[in-house]
Amino acid sequence: MSVPSNYRYLETHEWHDLQGDTVTIGITQQAADELTDITFVGLPKVGAKVEAGQRFGEIESVKASSDLYSGVSGSVVAVNADLANNPGLVNKDPYKGAWMMKVKVTNPAELNKLLTAEQYLKKTGH
Amino acid sequence: MLKRTPFYDFHVAMGAKLVDFAGWEMPIVYRGIIEEHEQTRRSGSIFDVSHMGRFQFSGKDATAFLNHVLTRNVAEQKIGQSRYSLVCNASGGVMDDVIVSRDVKHWFMVCNAGNRDKLVKYFGDVRRQSGLDLDMADQTESTAMVAIQGPKVIDRVANILPVDVRALKRYQFEAGSLMLTKFSVFRSGYTGEDGVEIVIPAKVAGMAMKMLAGQMEKPDATIKPAGLGARDTLRLEAGMALYGHELTEQIDPLSAGLAWAVDLNKEFAGVGPLRKVAQEGPRRKLVGVELEGRRIARQGTPVIKDGRPVGEVTSGTFSPTAQRSIAMAFIDAEHAAEGTELSVDLKGTIDAARVVKLPFYKRAS
Repeated sequence: MSVPSNYRYLETHEWHDLQGDTVTIGITQQAADELTDITFVGLPKVGAKVEAGQRFGEIESVKASSDLYSGVSGSVVAVNADLANNPGLVNKDPYKGAWMMKVKVTNPAELNKLLTAEQYLKKTGH
Repeated sequence: MLKRTPFYDFHVAMGAKLVDFAGWEMPIVYRGIIEEHEQTRRSGSIFDVSHMGRFQFSGKDATAFLNHVLTRNVAEQKIGQSRYSLVCNASGGVMDDVIVSRDVKHWFMVCNAGNRDKLVKYFGDVRRQSGLDLDMADQTESTAMVAIQGPKVIDRVANILPVDVRALKRYQFEAGSLMLTKFSVFRSGYTGEDGVEIVIPAKVAGMAMKMLAGQMEKPDATIKPAGLGARDTLRLEAGMALYGHELTEQIDPLSAGLAWAVDLNKEFAGVGPLRKVAQEGPRRKLVGVELEGRRIARQGTPVIKDGRPVGEVTSGTFSPTAQRSIAMAFIDAEHAAEGTELSVDLKGTIDAARVVKLPFYKRAS
C-alpha cells in the first residue's frame, strides 16, 4: 500500500502536509487499518501549542487506543470537528476527509527532519 | 510455532488478519470488527472456535469426578443437556469457566484455549490423588469447532444438519451422522444471539465449512465469517464473562454474578471459601457501566466515587449496537447499585459513568 508521496511522516504513522506556513496532520491508511474500526479521536483545542515529537491527542478503536504525535511545533489553528461524530471517517478517508488538525508552524524546516514517503514505508514494513 | 486450526486456509482465503491468541494463529478480523458485529446481530456469522479446549470423560467414576471439580451438580444433569459451570481452586478462585454436556456414555467439556494445559494437569492430579476410575481424552486437535450465531442461522442450517435443530432447546445438544461423519450440534453460543456450536472431526472441517455457510463472499450472504474481535464486542454487549478479564484465579464466581452456576449444597473443590463469601456477601460485585463520552474504559481503568477509587474495569468497548462506550467493572458492593453515578480515570482524563443493568444487549425473543 502506498502513501501520498509529497507528505512527510512520523514512524508513529502521522502524515504532515505543509502548505505555506501551515501543516495539516492526520494518520496513514496503514495505521487506520491496523487499529481497525475507529470509535474516538481526541484532539487539542484551537489555540493550543503543540511540540515536535510530543503527543497531541489520542485515537481509539474497538481494539486498541493509541497516542497521536506531532512532527512539528506551533499553534493549532483548526481541528476537524467532523471526527467527533464520525470517527469512522479515519478508516474511510484518512488523507482528505479525516485530517485531524492544522498547525501554524514556528519553523517550517522541522519538516525536513521527518520521514519521506519512501522512508516511512521502508521503516514500517509496508 | 503457533498452532493452526483446520480452518487456517479458509481464514487466509477470506482475507483475515491473523493474530496469536493463546498460542493459536486465529482470525481477529476479516472485513471490519463493527461490520462483523452488525452482521451477527442482523443475520448471521460463523466463528472458528477450534482453539477452545475439548475433553471427553468416560468410565465408572466420571460423574463423581466432574462433581468434584465443577461448581454445579452434574449428577442431576440430563442426557442431551449442556451446562455452564466453573472450575474453582481450593480458595474458591476461578480456574476456568466451561460448558459441560452429558451424552449417553460420556461427558464432553469445552474450556478456554488459554486454560487447556492448566486443566489437563489439574484434572490429571485430581484423578491420581482421588483414585477415581475414569478416562480423559483431549480431543482439541482431533476435532474442529465452529459457532454459527445470529437471528437467521437456525433457518439457514436446519435443512443441512443431520439433527433437528429447531427442536433443540437452548443448552441442549444432539449428535447426528452425515456422510459417515459425526456432527455434534449444541444450541448455545457466546454472542447474545440464537445459534449453534458444532463439533466435527478435524479432517472434514473444510468440507463442513462450505456446506454450513455456503457462498460467504456474496455481499448479501446470510452467514459470513467473523473474527475474535467481533466475538469480544458481542459477548461484552451480552454481559458475558471472559476468562482473564471478569474471571481469574483471584476472583470468586459469586462476586462475578455467577451464583446461579454454583451449587453450595454439594461438596466440590473450593466450596468452603465460597460458602463463606455467600454468608458474608461479596465485597465487590461485577456490574455494567456506561460512560458519558465516546472514550473506552479498558481493562484496569480505575473507577472513582467522590474522588476515591472504588473499583476497576475488567472489559470495555464501544458498543456498536448502543453506539456508546460500555464496560464491565468490579465495584465495592456499597457503590454497585444500578444508577450509581461514578467516574473513570482514563489515564488522567476523568469521564462520567453510571452503573447499569447487565446485559447491555438482549435479543428480541
